[in-house]
Amino acid sequence: MSSAPHLNAVGEHDELELRPTGSWTAAHGATLERLFAGAVPQIARIRALRLDLAGITELDTLGAWVLEKLSRQAVTAGRPATVVGVAANYTGLIDEVRQVNRRPPVVQPTRNPVLDRVEDVGRAAFSATDDIAVFVGMLGALASALFMTLRRPRSLRLTSLVYHLYRVGWQAIPIMVLITFLIGAIIAQQGIFHFRRFGAESYVVDLVGILVLREIGVLIIAIMVAGRSGSAYTAELGAMKMREEIDALSTMGLDPIEVLILPRIIALVCALPILTFIGSMAALYGGGLVAWFYGGMSPAIFIARLHEAISVTHFEVGIIKAPFMALVIGVVACGEGLRVKGSAESLGLQTTTSVVKSIFLVIVLDGLFAVFFASIGM
Amino acid sequence: MAAEPVSAIHVSDLVVGFGRQIVLDHLSLDVRKGEILGLVGASGGGKSVLMRTIIGLIPRRSGTIEVSGNSIGEGRATRVTAGNWGILFQQGALFSSLTVRQNVQFPLRENLELSQTLMDEIADAKLEMVGLAPEDGDKFPAELSGGMTKRVALARALALDPAILFLDEPTSGLDPIAAGEFDDLIETLQQTLGLTVFMVTHDLASLKTVCDRVAALADGKIVAIGPLDELLRSDHPWVRAYFHGKRSQMMQPRA
Ligand SMILES: Nc1ncnc2c1ncn2[C@@H]1O[C@H](COP(=O)(O)OP(=O)(O)OP(=O)(O)O)[C@@H](O)[C@H]1O
Ligand SMILES: [Mg+2]
Repeated sequence: MSSAPHLNAVGEHDELELRPTGSWTAAHGATLERLFAGAVPQIARIRALRLDLAGITELDTLGAWVLEKLSRQAVTAGRPATVVGVAANYTGLIDEVRQVNRRPPVVQPTRNPVLDRVEDVGRAAFSATDDIAVFVGMLGALASALFMTLRRPRSLRLTSLVYHLYRVGWQAIPIMVLITFLIGAIIAQQGIFHFRRFGAESYVVDLVGILVLREIGVLIIAIMVAGRSGSAYTAELGAMKMREEIDALSTMGLDPIEVLILPRIIALVCALPILTFIGSMAALYGGGLVAWFYGGMSPAIFIARLHEAISVTHFEVGIIKAPFMALVIGVVACGEGLRVKGSAESLGLQTTTSVVKSIFLVIVLDGLFAVFFASIGM
Repeated sequence: MAAEPVSAIHVSDLVVGFGRQIVLDHLSLDVRKGEILGLVGASGGGKSVLMRTIIGLIPRRSGTIEVSGNSIGEGRATRVTAGNWGILFQQGALFSSLTVRQNVQFPLRENLELSQTLMDEIADAKLEMVGLAPEDGDKFPAELSGGMTKRVALARALALDPAILFLDEPTSGLDPIAAGEFDDLIETLQQTLGLTVFMVTHDLASLKTVCDRVAALADGKIVAIGPLDELLRSDHPWVRAYFHGKRSQMMQPRA
């Protein structure tokens, strides 16, 4: 059936006759390209071209196009080209192919690679203002939606809020407890190990207590939530954007911010302090266990020392930060979700951006809070 | 060489269901080599499910499926067959991160070794054959209209000039002129390449002009199959309702 394609050239006076034979099909694409490249210089030398297709046993669009290219090659060089011997069943395809690719190709302006890089850097720097605009815009839209909801409390999507609380709060508890427990245990172990040299093992309680309650507890939880729930928010909203679900919502007279985003962010703002509290307790528990088994400090002493070492202020410092971090995570995640364009690639890109950006902002925010609390002496 | 099978697609006793819903109920169907078969059926009747089961995307409860002599659903065999078929999904299923031109080139790039120039030319030729302008080649799927998406999906299905073509409602969303051009294109390709086409369609004009045979799917079975004239004479109640309803009056031979 399928036989290798050949191109026999017969030259009679300045008229060249080309006789393609065999299977001119995509399966032999590479061979066809070679045959074409070999025939081009021959065509340049002649006065007229005749293509005799009688020997072709199989033909498809690719083969027909290569043949068409041969005859066009002659025509563009100002030589007449005739095609003969077309089998009846191939006429349709040959005619079809004769009509395509007639328009002159659009010339792509050549670009300077160095200038391209420079342009990329410039655009990236400029788009930073975009990021800020998106963040502030989302914050504003959220505030106005919140205001509307406060005026008409019945318009709050309670079902959705409860559902998201369940997802970002309740379902997150096991993993958050596990991670903070381990972090607490590690801090305690490191503290005991290094303080032992100074005979200051008992200060490990201060270390664990203050560090966990003020900084580590809330920071770890916020980073985990950004990775776990923030990315989910971005991907969900992005997929909805891609499938025009958000457009459908707004054409029904509903505000996507109010319906989709407000419940999500309120859920996050409620869940993060609770998770922080639970996480801090788990970390203290982990620290206590390590102090008991590794440092030989009985639980009663650990608790008594903890009593002296920490005050409610430390706890407040940690927990006050939580809702703000939640707000940042939620606003970034939803804002990035709405920036998704039509392609799967952009969905992935925006989800990555959302996680990276919210973790970065959470840490920056933590630094600002540290400065603030230090200056008011908390 | 093994004897060439007469039927390009052979389905027997196929049962497919989701949960407690049985969609295809002991369905048997043969598509002959080189024919254009139109499949009609009610919306939600299981046409897309049948097509997706034949190409191995939906698991079946029982029954056998053979495409060009290879049974489907055994991993490797399916992959071998997959090089020889082109598929147009009902929703287009274009790769959203590739441009239109790259979408059409994708099967070429994966299966053949061609120079970029030739691939560009072939892709542009295919796009033009389905009625798109070369400058549409640089657009992304998200930037296309519904009918354009259909055409690009068709161009991609045709990229390799496959031996078997599965089309799920190729003309829905096209204007009548474009649908007519599509019919011509399919006919031309079928004559030249001897394509076998399995086409789900509600387009009565397509059924009339290009389909060699028409199969009617109702209650999970093929209730009638044959040339359109035969189906018009069928006395199965659903087939009668389909072809003799108000909207199908134009199909009636004038008295
Ligand atoms: N992935 C799935 N899971 C569950 N049910 C499905 C799934 N895909 C299809 N169905 C069901 O199978 C039935 C047949 O669907 P199918 O898509 O084949 O319809 P169709 O005949 O192609 O209709 P249309 O002409 O509207 O495209 C429907 O009832 C549908 O709900
Ligand atoms: Mg369908």
